[in-house]
Amino acid sequence: MKKKAASMLFKKKWPQGILVLVVLLFTSASAFTIKGLTSVSKEYRTITPVQENEQRSLKLFREVTKVLRHARCINCHPSDNFPRQGDGDETHRHLMNVQRGPEDRGMLGMQCTNCHQSSNNEASGVPGAPEPDNPDLSRWHLAPLSMGWMGLTDAELGARLLDKEQNGGMNPEDLVEHMKDDPLVLWGWNPGSDREPIPISHDDFIKILEEWVATGAHVPEQ
Amino acid sequence: MIQFNLNGKEVEVKDDPNTPLLWVLRDSLGLKGTKFGCGKALCGACTVHLADTTVRSCSFPVRYAEGKSITTIEGLGDAERLHIVQAAWIEEQVPQCGYCQPGFVMAAVKLLERNPDPTEEDINNAITNLCRCGTYSRIKKAIHTAARNIKAQN
Ligand code: FES
Ligand code: FES
Repeated sequence: MKKKAASMLFKKKWPQGILVLVVLLFTSASAFTIKGLTSVSKEYRTITPVQENEQRSLKLFREVTKVLRHARCINCHPSDNFPRQGDGDETHRHLMNVQRGPEDRGMLGMQCTNCHQSSNNEASGVPGAPEPDNPDLSRWHLAPLSMGWMGLTDAELGARLLDKEQNGGMNPEDLVEHMKDDPLVLWGWNPGSDREPIPISHDDFIKILEEWVATGAHVPEQ
Repeated sequence: MIQFNLNGKEVEVKDDPNTPLLWVLRDSLGLKGTKFGCGKALCGACTVHLADTTVRSCSFPVRYAEGKSITTIEGLGDAERLHIVQAAWIEEQVPQCGYCQPGFVMAAVKLLERNPDPTEEDINNAITNLCRCGTYSRIKKAIHTAARNIKAQN
């Protein structure tokens, strides 16, 4: 009974509500006209396909940064000499004093491949990934310091990502290829043990990247 | 069947290819010198040589050993012909319980092969094995002694 009464009341209130809405719309529309409808609509109308592309591109780049900053990516893209381990708030420096070393592959005697082989190791829980041309050879290593992403703003991250001097001579299209095929990148979607994989699918990530490049690979200026 | 060279001899094992090398060495091949500490590539007790580098054998599926050369503590030297690092270990009376020591010795040998005169910092960076008895200072001393002895020999 109660339910019925409530719905009746609601029904009865509707015309009043609509009335209020119409009045509100009317007043706001006139205010809009008075306050400068011309300039606002001009600005809106003059947006060019190029500007639209740029906005879309920037939006897509924000999605890209979410993946790049995920623990599976950024843990091996540190801006210092120490790889990280762990997910989210639990991220910490790699245990056992593991360091970058002169070639991004660890210190003499403590190299990445002393423990990380070319596949995830379910017995020890140690992750691994192969070289693209040799499934038995471990590719485990850190991204070079010039590709350190920790602590960067979106603008700094974008600038660094696009700078051929720092990214190993890659243009945006090459970046997409790298993200498509590199076994270390792909590992982010198959990290083994209880590590959190990248939350969006790899296919979706590539689609986002491709559209970002197609819309001009824009990154924020600040 | 997986074949590899172990301490200078060809061996064949029938273990599941994903079995950690550590268990193949200890259980299938009967070489108990390589120890199990953590099973997670952290403590270094299971360190062996793979060609010119070290691997933590608890985290090394035996299939990756196919066609390679593996050396364990048993292949380093024996009571009659001690390896120079083993001799330094005795000279400095390093071990306490001894459990972690084969791993340390194997790591120290490879460090000295590539850096014959390591500093304290080089040792800290290169050897991150764990010793529950806390023999670290004697281990460092023995590495310096071995380095001196290697120099004197050459
Ligand atoms: S048992 Fe292999 S590192 Fe601890
Ligand atoms: S001597 Fe006992 S654990 Fe190292």
